[in-house]
Order: sequence, then structure tokens, then C-alpha cells
Amino acid sequence: MALLEIRNVVKQFDDFTAVNNVSLSVEAGEFFTLLGPSGCGKTTLLRMLAGFEQPDSGQILLDGKDMSQVPPEKRPVHTVFQNYALFPHMTVRENVAFPLKMAGWAKDKIDAQVDELLEDVRLTRFGKRYPHEMSGGQRQRVAIARALVDRPRLLLLDEPLSALDAKLREEMQLELINLQKEVGITFVYVTHDQGEALALSHRIAVMSNGQVEQLDIPENIYGNPKNRFVADFIGQCNVLEGTVKAVDGDTMTVDIKGCGEVKTLAVAGAAVGKPGWLALRPEKIKLDKELPDLPDEAYFKGRIHDCLYLGDVTIYIVEVADGVLIETMLPNNIPGVAKFFDDNDEVEVAWRFDAGRFLFE
Amino acid sequence: MKLQNRLGKYLLSWPPLVYLVLFFLIPTCIMFVAAFRFPGDYGGLAPMYYIEEGRVVWDLTLENFQRIVEEPIYLELFLKSAGYAGLTTLVCILMAYPLAWLIARSQKKHRDLMLLLVILPFWSNFLIRIYAWMIILGPQSAFTKAVNWVWTGMGFEPLQLLFTPFAVIVGMVYVHLPFMVLPLYANLEKHDMSLLAAAQDLGANAWQRFWKITWPLSLPGIFAGSALVFIPALGMFAIPDILGGTDSIMIGNLIKQQILDTRDWPFGAVLSIMLTAGVLGIAALGSLVARGGVKRG
Repeated sequence: MALLEIRNVVKQFDDFTAVNNVSLSVEAGEFFTLLGPSGCGKTTLLRMLAGFEQPDSGQILLDGKDMSQVPPEKRPVHTVFQNYALFPHMTVRENVAFPLKMAGWAKDKIDAQVDELLEDVRLTRFGKRYPHEMSGGQRQRVAIARALVDRPRLLLLDEPLSALDAKLREEMQLELINLQKEVGITFVYVTHDQGEALALSHRIAVMSNGQVEQLDIPENIYGNPKNRFVADFIGQCNVLEGTVKAVDGDTMTVDIKGCGEVKTLAVAGAAVGKPGWLALRPEKIKLDKELPDLPDEAYFKGRIHDCLYLGDVTIYIVEVADGVLIETMLPNNIPGVAKFFDDNDEVEVAWRFDAGRFLFE
Repeated sequence: MKLQNRLGKYLLSWPPLVYLVLFFLIPTCIMFVAAFRFPGDYGGLAPMYYIEEGRVVWDLTLENFQRIVEEPIYLELFLKSAGYAGLTTLVCILMAYPLAWLIARSQKKHRDLMLLLVILPFWSNFLIRIYAWMIILGPQSAFTKAVNWVWTGMGFEPLQLLFTPFAVIVGMVYVHLPFMVLPLYANLEKHDMSLLAAAQDLGANAWQRFWKITWPLSLPGIFAGSALVFIPALGMFAIPDILGGTDSIMIGNLIKQQILDTRDWPFGAVLSIMLTAGVLGIAALGSLVARGGVKRG
């Protein structure tokens, strides 16, 4: 049985439905992420798991037990808050020891356990400091140590890295992955940062408007988005409007508006004449001065419309037909060459038939 | 720092500085010197020196200080006054805390009105308000009659409320309560609610959340309020004068008596110097403790 089961949970605030009939389960030891834009209901769902909100209907089961009558302080669930919420009048040690004191542990057992956790987050030397004497990353680690110290069944993390700068965030991501492996506690992580979600999670639930749009492993969320929302929200994606022309076993032909026919993978529910969108990742598209026109590839001539130099890569927006723009990218992997093309250069683009996904919703 | 800034700082700070020197520092020095002089034959002060055979002879004494040390009644009165002031402070904390908490946690649009109600008593004269308590606690008042109806109903002798230590405490708490509510409110209003959520999330029940989080974080407010209540309460003379009996006089009453009635100015000066020293000592101690709190907070 799954560690955490969310069954048909609904939460309404006045006339706004924050969480709309969400069902999902999280296995023990999993790093599970709720990903979505602000207002998608991910934080409300997290607050219901912590016990700060009650579902209007539906059930939340932890280890098979219904949590609805259990107040936050009685749940074997801890939260790492976005602003850390460290107690300013307590030292790092006292902060980390807090849950153990509340649970009535003996003093010597508390000391041993706190020592262990401070070592886990590499803060052994900082036990006597106060939170305001620590850097952002250090405070973050104190908050995590405090929430893990009594080995909860479930650790909830509410955008814990959003207050850190980019470099530190990457460092903390690696630390979080390692820490989770080490302690083996189930993490439920809330974020709006798709990069973070892809990097950290075992599985991701992409949410929008209070519903789960897609629940899958990161590779599938990115590589095989279920609908336009997921394709658009996760990473950069070209979404080209088109209709199904012919279905032929594993492949099908679609007519892209303004461009013409291309071959793509057949998808469930495909029928001739059905409209949809071809979702295509920029890095899956080849771009060069001249490209061979292969049978397995879609092939177009075009013109560079815009360039966006990002340092490691350059993004090229190619106009393949009147008003049809395709975003591609090339790594800047040749020393001394900042970018390969300029605005208005004649170029050719191509992608394999299995590079994109045709979506009906 | 720029010259302009420094100049501006001096310009702004000299009027209060001059005020404090003229009306606080110099009078304190005069009082200090007066404490070493002899009382005049008809009250007031005897001359500080006289001239004998063309030489200046200083006429100063330590007698006044001796009197305080030798007669224990004065030290007792000091301690009793500190007791009254301390009890007033304690009752103020107990009454102001829930009130300040309630105001700090209520909706923003209601807070201003509630704060206005807290300071509303200041709009009428201090003495009038104390005399009002004289009527309320007097034997003919409905309040006293109601209290005694319950009290005698329980089989006790009827109580006298007015002219007792109880009446003094009631009056002092009444007058000083806003000075406790306001700093406490200012402190509680700033508390980060996410700390309480975190404490609850980490297993603390309501009782533990209060004593482990809210209470220690509100200590700076408690200290500020206590200083504002305890120090004026310690030197209070009007309330014990009006509401207290002969057994409930405080050090302030004694000083007033020495200066105005007995006209033994040197001894009055000694008493008031002791009071000032005591208050300064307590204030220093308080700021030391509060600084510890600030450092942690």
C-alpha cells in the first residue's frame, strides 16, 4: 500500500476551487513533486497534507489512516516553510531540538539525535549560532534538519529554495537529493520551477487550476507531455497547430498549418481530420545552412527571424513559412564562435518523425 | 559623515539637550547638594557656609543619610513602595497581555478603534479619574454594596474597599494599564505568524506554542511596558494620598510630606535621591536583560 493516498480531495475558498478532485498516491521513500504555476492549488494541497487546511470532501490517508481528524501537531508530517520560519530566539541547536522536546524525549537522547542531524546537514560547528547569524543557505539547512530530526513519515517542502540565488539553489538541489537518499524519508516537494522539479523528483504531478494534468516520471513529463499545458509549462516547446491527414500503423501524417505535411508518431485516439498541436522541443530540431531531406524527417527551408545569445547556447527563431516560427537551439561548442547565424540568414531545419508529439488537448 | 549632516544633528539635538540640562540635570545636582545641608530654622535649607574670621566655613553634614540607615522604617517604606509598584506591574502584565494580543490579532480596520479606546482615559484629568475611583470604591457605591452583598452572603464580615492597599493597587493599575498595553501591542503585532504554524507543524500544542514562541518573543515588550509602569508607580504619591489609608503610604508620600509639610528639605532630598538611584539601578538592570533579549531576538 502506498504511504500517502489522496482520494478525490476538493477544497474551495468562497467561490474559488483551489483543489478540484485530486487523487494521487505517493510511495514510501519517494521524492514526489507537485509542480505548477502560482494559484494551481499545489500549496493548498500541501497545507491539507500538513493539516492546516481541511478538505471539503475526499480523503487523505497516511499509512492507511484517515488524517482528517488529526491536527497538524499530531501528524507524523513536518513542513519546511518557504521563509524557513526558524525560531529567532533559539540557537540552531535549540531549533533542531524543538520537535524532540515537544515529543518529550530524554535530554541525552535529544543531544545525540541533534548532533546526528547537524552532521547530516554539515552544520555541526554552528549549533550555538542564532538564525540571524546564518546565511540563507545555512538557514535552509537548519530548517530541513529541524523538520527531519524526529524522522517524520513525510516531509513537506514548500518552495524551499525560492529565496536562494541561482548558484546556491543548484548546490542545495544536489544536497536535497543526497539527503533524501540518506534518510530515506518520503519528500513531497512543491515548486513552480520546472527545472527544479525535473532535477529532483522521482515522480512529478503537474497541476493547473486545481487539477493534476499529468503524473509521471520526469523523463516522460518532459519528453512525452500529455497535453498542451504540460508541454508549454515544462521547458521551452514549439506548439504547431495542425490536423491529422493519415494514420499508418506506428506513424501518422499531420498537416501543419502554413507548412505542409510532416510525419510523426501515431498517438492514441488519432483519427483522420482531427485537429491538434505538434509539440516539439527546440533541442530536438536540427539547424544548419544545408541539411539532407531524409524520408524519416520533416524538412523545411527557412530564414533566421531572431537570435537569443544565452552564453552556453544560442536560441534561433526560424521562420519556416509566412508567420510560422520555430524555436531551435544550438550549443556554442566551437571555440571563438559566439553564434552560427545572424538575422535573415537562409537556413534549413529538420527533425526526426519521433522528435515531437501530436497532442489533441 | 558630511558636515551638513553633522550640523543638522547638532541643530536638532540642542533644544532637548538644553531642556534636559536646565530642568533635569541642574535640579538633580541641587537636590544632591541639598542632601548634605542642614535644615533651616524655619524649614527649607540652612546656609551652605558661613564666614568666620574672614574664612569660609562649609556647613555640610552626613546626618541626613545616617537617618535613613539608622531608622529601619524608611528602608521598609522603600521596600513597601517597590512591592506596590511591582504588584501593579504584575497585574498590568496579566491584564494587558490578553488585551494587547486580542488587538494585535484582530482585523486591521478594528485595531485603530481599539487602540483609541485604550488611550481614551487620558482625555480626562488624572485627578478626576482617581476621585471617580474614590466614589466607586466608597462604602455607598453600588459596586461596594454588590461586593459586600456577595461577601456577607458567604458568611464574612463586610469589607472596606476605600483607603486600603487594595484601593491603591486598583488605582495604580487603572492609571498605568495603557502604558503596558501599548508597548506589548507594538511587540505582538510584529510577530511572524508562520513561526506559530511551524511550531504547530513540529508538534507543539497551543500551550507549548504560547510558552515556547509567543511569550519569549514578547519579552522586549514586557520589559518596555514594565519600565513604563514600574518607574512612575514607584514614585507615585497622588493615588495613595487619595485612595490609600494611613497604612498605605508610599515613598512618594513621604518625600512630599518632608518637602511640603515638615519642610525638612535636606531629608526630603536624601529620600528623593535614593528613589532616583533605585529607579536608575532597576532601569539599568532592565536594559541589561532586555539587551540580552534583543540580541537573541
